[in-house]
Amino acid sequence: MIYQGKQKIWADYQKEIPDNHWFYVRSCIRQNFFPASEKYFLKICRDMLGRDIYESEHHTTCAGIAYHCDTIPQETAMTVVARQFALMTEAGYDNLVTSCITSFGNYTEILETWREFPELEARIREDLWKACRREFNKPKYVAHASDLMYKLRGEIAERAQFQLVHRATGEPLRIVEHIGCHYSKMFPHKGVGGAEYPCVLSGMAEAWGGQVIDYPERRHCCGFGFRQYFVKANRGYSLSNTHKKFESMEPYHPDMIITNCPGCPYFLDRWQYVISEMNGKTYGQNGYGIPALTYEELAGLVLGVDPWDLGLQVHQVAVEPLLDKIGIPYDPARKYLGMDEKKIMTPGLPTSLKCC
Amino acid sequence: MGKLYDELCKDYRFQEGLKTCINCGTCTAICPAAEFYKYDPRKIVDTVQRKNEEEIEALLKSETIWYCGECMSCVTRCPRGNAAGLVIMALRNLSAKLGWFTASEKGRQLWPLTKSLTGNILHTGYCIHPSTFDCEEYPEAGPITKWVMDNKEEVYGRLGANYEGKGPGVLRRIPQEDLDELQAIFDVTGGTERIEAVERASREKAEELGMDFDEYTKYTYEHCSVGHFNNE
Repeated sequence: MIYQGKQKIWADYQKEIPDNHWFYVRSCIRQNFFPASEKYFLKICRDMLGRDIYESEHHTTCAGIAYHCDTIPQETAMTVVARQFALMTEAGYDNLVTSCITSFGNYTEILETWREFPELEARIREDLWKACRREFNKPKYVAHASDLMYKLRGEIAERAQFQLVHRATGEPLRIVEHIGCHYSKMFPHKGVGGAEYPCVLSGMAEAWGGQVIDYPERRHCCGFGFRQYFVKANRGYSLSNTHKKFESMEPYHPDMIITNCPGCPYFLDRWQYVISEMNGKTYGQNGYGIPALTYEELAGLVLGVDPWDLGLQVHQVAVEPLLDKIGIPYDPARKYLGMDEKKIMTPGLPTSLKCC
Repeated sequence: MGKLYDELCKDYRFQEGLKTCINCGTCTAICPAAEFYKYDPRKIVDTVQRKNEEEIEALLKSETIWYCGECMSCVTRCPRGNAAGLVIMALRNLSAKLGWFTASEKGRQLWPLTKSLTGNILHTGYCIHPSTFDCEEYPEAGPITKWVMDNKEEVYGRLGANYEGKGPGVLRRIPQEDLDELQAIFDVTGGTERIEAVERASREKAEELGMDFDEYTKYTYEHCSVGHFNNE
């Protein structure tokens, strides 16, 4: 009886994610800072696992960052999103997959608001027609890219070249997962596992051999805070929140962090550099930091993709100690090459944070 | 019921975000902003709920409504289904609309934000773009970001981006006809009017402070007075 009750409760936290045919929209932040993650999302889902994912060159930002920095009215953000829906409709798709958590939250908020206020949806339809002469169907399903990767985690595991296991000890890697606030804090029923038991990342980490570790500030915001980062004067907020998370996870000795949101891996990576510059403190072993990876980067490593093709060289925290733990081969001489193996200048080095 | 409260009620986020606050303070307990800033979402929601015009006007001109990071951690935890974060968004929207945001240091930051983010959207199609990313303004981005930005074509090309190229792909150039559609959306839905209103109020404030507008923009972006944080 009790077990059945638990099963019923758990069922409320599950998502039925469609298996195929997606209209893909990109992320503002990821394109700048983790460009290879978007490339490998498509490469893994399309080329390796045979899914149909369509991208229109005409899609744009969802304007979510501008919306959450309070620089545009709600109606403007809604109509930009309505245009994305129109492109999806014109391309013949019903399922929309977004590369960004802010977008995922934005799309979800808009659809939920329209459900409650149909007159607003009607107004946005009129505005879109006036502005762009476009019409749209609402998506049948909106997923975050990690939802799809979670759904495909078993197929990725079947093709795995590497396990998330410490090669020397045979022990699973100790992995911290960071979900990102707008994935399921606003609309818990839209995220795999909800806000209470989010398993979109832990499901991947465990399927690929790792062990997810809990720590007190596991659900705390990374500190992005939109205007609290974009305005230079406010960045103490952002840094303080990230610092709080690292101080909390430090005693649990994580080998790596897996992240969901476009901004989180940037902040969890770069603020480690800043903390090291400010007070010399580093959170990894032997003066290194703790690598914060995207889920595509982790999937790519498991599938045997070259770390430098995955873009791991554009992290400030060195990833080599993690690669060595797993036993993933890499060529240090190729790390900072440009196109077609061209030699270009190499980056400067931090003062305290150890790099390879 | 007062005029300002009526205005707030027109905002869908306000209707969604404020149902029946019981003043328990759970939102404040979970709030990342409240931990560092002198910020208490419980008090803000309580003030609004009292529907007192003078108090709401003071809020719209205050520092406190600009401390929230819009992470929405408060939404998950509220035992009565309120969303303090959405109430904040409605307050900020009204403050921007009325030009009252210039009354506070944190509010005045709305101008540099508006300038950079809406500028990027209307010129590049995305909120952030390498062509406008200035490493001097983001020293925490570290030497690795400087390396990427100093070698954009090479690094983005190496990582499979279609940097400034035609067709789909990472960091492609958004066709002009699509940027024109974004501009039309801004024009039709009040986005352009909002940008102009925020700029107008900011220019007036700059004049009042005796600053030229570029100096004002830089100052509001960079300056942080003592007194915002809990430990000050």
